[in-house]
Amino acid sequence: MSDLTPTTDTPHIPYREMEDSHELSTIEHEHDELLTLNMGPHHPATHGVLRLLTTLEGEVVRDIKPIVGYVHTGIEKTAEDKAYWKVIPVVERMDYLSYYFNAMAFCGAVETLLDLEVPPRGQYLRVIHLELNRIASHLIWLATGGLDLGAMSVFWYGWRDRDLILDLFEMSSGQRMHTRYIQVGGVFEDIPPGFEAKCREFTRGFPARMDQYEQLIDQNEIVLQRLRGVATVDEQTLLDFGVTGPLLRATGNPWDLRKAAPYSSYDHFDFKIPVGTVGDNYDRYRVRMAEMRESVKIIDQALDGLPEGPYMTPNRKYALPPRHELATSMEALIHHFKLVTEGFRVPPGEVYYPIESPRGELACFVRADGSSKPARVHMRDPSFVNLQAFKPMVQGAYVADLIAALAMLDPILGGIDR
Amino acid sequence: MEVTRKQLPSGADGEFRARQLRARDMLRGALDGPDLDAYVEERVMTTTLEKAANWARGNAFMPATFGLACCAIEMMATVASRVDIARFGFEAFRASPRQADLLIISGRISIKMAPVVRRIYDQMLEPKWAISMGACSSSMGVFNNYAIVPADKFMPVDLHVPGCPPRPEALAHGIIQLRAKVLSHPEQGWRTRYGGRGTEEIVESAVAGDAAAQHTIGVTGGGKGTSA
Amino acid sequence: MPDATGLELIAQELREADEGAELSTSFFRDQAALLVAPRAVPATLERLRARGYRFLASVHGLDYFPEEPRLGVHYELLDMSAVDRISVRTRVTIAEPTVPSVTPEWPTADHQEREIYDMFGVIFEGHPDLRRILMPEDYEGHPQRRDFPVGGEPVLFTHNEPTTPGWWE
Repeated sequence: MSDLTPTTDTPHIPYREMEDSHELSTIEHEHDELLTLNMGPHHPATHGVLRLLTTLEGEVVRDIKPIVGYVHTGIEKTAEDKAYWKVIPVVERMDYLSYYFNAMAFCGAVETLLDLEVPPRGQYLRVIHLELNRIASHLIWLATGGLDLGAMSVFWYGWRDRDLILDLFEMSSGQRMHTRYIQVGGVFEDIPPGFEAKCREFTRGFPARMDQYEQLIDQNEIVLQRLRGVATVDEQTLLDFGVTGPLLRATGNPWDLRKAAPYSSYDHFDFKIPVGTVGDNYDRYRVRMAEMRESVKIIDQALDGLPEGPYMTPNRKYALPPRHELATSMEALIHHFKLVTEGFRVPPGEVYYPIESPRGELACFVRADGSSKPARVHMRDPSFVNLQAFKPMVQGAYVADLIAALAMLDPILGGIDR
Repeated sequence: MEVTRKQLPSGADGEFRARQLRARDMLRGALDGPDLDAYVEERVMTTTLEKAANWARGNAFMPATFGLACCAIEMMATVASRVDIARFGFEAFRASPRQADLLIISGRISIKMAPVVRRIYDQMLEPKWAISMGACSSSMGVFNNYAIVPADKFMPVDLHVPGCPPRPEALAHGIIQLRAKVLSHPEQGWRTRYGGRGTEEIVESAVAGDAAAQHTIGVTGGGKGTSA
Repeated sequence: MPDATGLELIAQELREADEGAELSTSFFRDQAALLVAPRAVPATLERLRARGYRFLASVHGLDYFPEEPRLGVHYELLDMSAVDRISVRTRVTIAEPTVPSVTPEWPTADHQEREIYDMFGVIFEGHPDLRRILMPEDYEGHPQRRDFPVGGEPVLFTHNEPTTPGWWE
């Protein structure tokens, strides 16, 4: 479409050559034999299609270049083409393990643009599902991380517990993944009668399971040898690279948006932010395990204090009226018609709405131009930014440590590539 | 030698004794005619080599670990303990495509990834099958835009599993359908439909869907010299 | 957020330091934004860093089609100790899409500026390795511009099967 000739020194480099790792002569090495090894995009470490161009000296990593884009879906472009309501399922599939968070970021941004209040019951239901999703995401991290380290049993255990959480999601919304449960103005539907009991059953049993996993892994000599003191990065480097989330908290910085800038009634709950001390792989592991326990506490408190009332804003200009009203009220029918065909219009404005996802700061930037479709939706994905910190993590480490560090980094390629 | 005939005991004991005696006669070569036919029918299974091979292949798919996006998570959930495809024999996921015979394309294929998928499919050895899991790889899915390619466009797919993402039970059902297909229709309909002979050699003149064969990425065009 | 008066004070300071750099301020839904000229972006970010906004959370671009200048780049800054956010925005035209890169001082902008180059065509001068990150490296065009078509395949149903060519035809 545009015939852009760069006016800077960026030369036009033919395709394959651009992927060379580095000017090999500039890399510090001792033995004069550097090997460029390509890992991915198809490799068994199940973190998605990440391609790592590593320059090795023996088994030591001297340089690494992550190449992404292998699952680029054009989500942001597709979102410009759809009404606000229809953007939610599109945007949910971005970071495919924390789908509620993607929807929450987008809906939060749109609600800020519309100046729309979410009723308290809706906020509490959102919190319950967000924290359940956080536990599910961390369980998959634990499962695949254990698989990468060689601890295959954890893989099965993680999935066993995740299936329990997905049962809860299926109860409330009908879908296991990508549930479209969080909508602009609240949540899609109220929780069914058996949900609370089943959720409490889960939260009652989960800490005991966590105890079992910790007994297996925490003091395990192999795990300690592989994770302790490996891939340490100090806090300032991480802040320079824009890293947030469990990676930053492992270095000791207690930055968590749920406490710092609470959204959606997170300030009603009493929970702690686990932080590490050194910032090595072991700290990252312990931080995420502790976060799962804190999430269980939040869910319990939210269920205890779940307020009565509407779960969706009563403003019919933005939220669908309940079906039974359509038979009696003309306005409800007109609102329903307008919402379903064209969708609601958002007055012009630009808003940046950050939340705390399992991987860090997930933010949604929405620019509205007054029509029923957003003019720009950009998701600031934490994995995309955190991946830049991968190089200082593994520089000078062994290839095996690279795999462990990648597991502890917890990148989700869907979020990186969008 | 004196032959004494005793009355056979009745009931289960009697049947067992009868079978024993028949087996003894068979081994001595003393069975004949309809007795022999009945014996063979009861105990010996005849089949063709092809059917036996298909039975072995179909019951032991070795999927390649090929997870792209969200469907990969549900694929891993299919392997996990609730819906356990190890019950059917498919738990040996091989990382190397040289050792795998089933490619489950789980997730959306971007245009940067398409040549990679094709290359991996080509690296697999015959016989091989491909399942396109989920809506994004079967058709374009939720994202009908510039960045995605449906799997059918550049590689032959044997089975499509719809869903976004398909439930683990749905994927298990799909794999079992593929198994049924392998057991009963081993000629693999798509090959005869598009005149393919395998993916490494395509005899260009004989192919009906000519344009497609020449446009597929990564196919080393066979020409007349290579044999199927 | 710095409130509206705080934002005006910051804008005032920037205007005093560099005439013509700061173009306008905006305070919408409690979020503060500064619009600056492209050449002043690194200096503005450094001044804000001195004021405490030491964390660059996000660098993203957008296309303001049909308003000119079309391409915009936004820098979201965060002050962790005061929990304050401020946004620095700049706009460039398609004809001259250059913005000085902030990657040397803010390493987090590396991949993010590459993504803006890939999707919109904004050229960041001084970026150590400006090439496409999400699209294949030899792709032509900048997909997220508003005049780039969404693309996609026609969906084959039985009713349009005879008229819509399949890939094998």
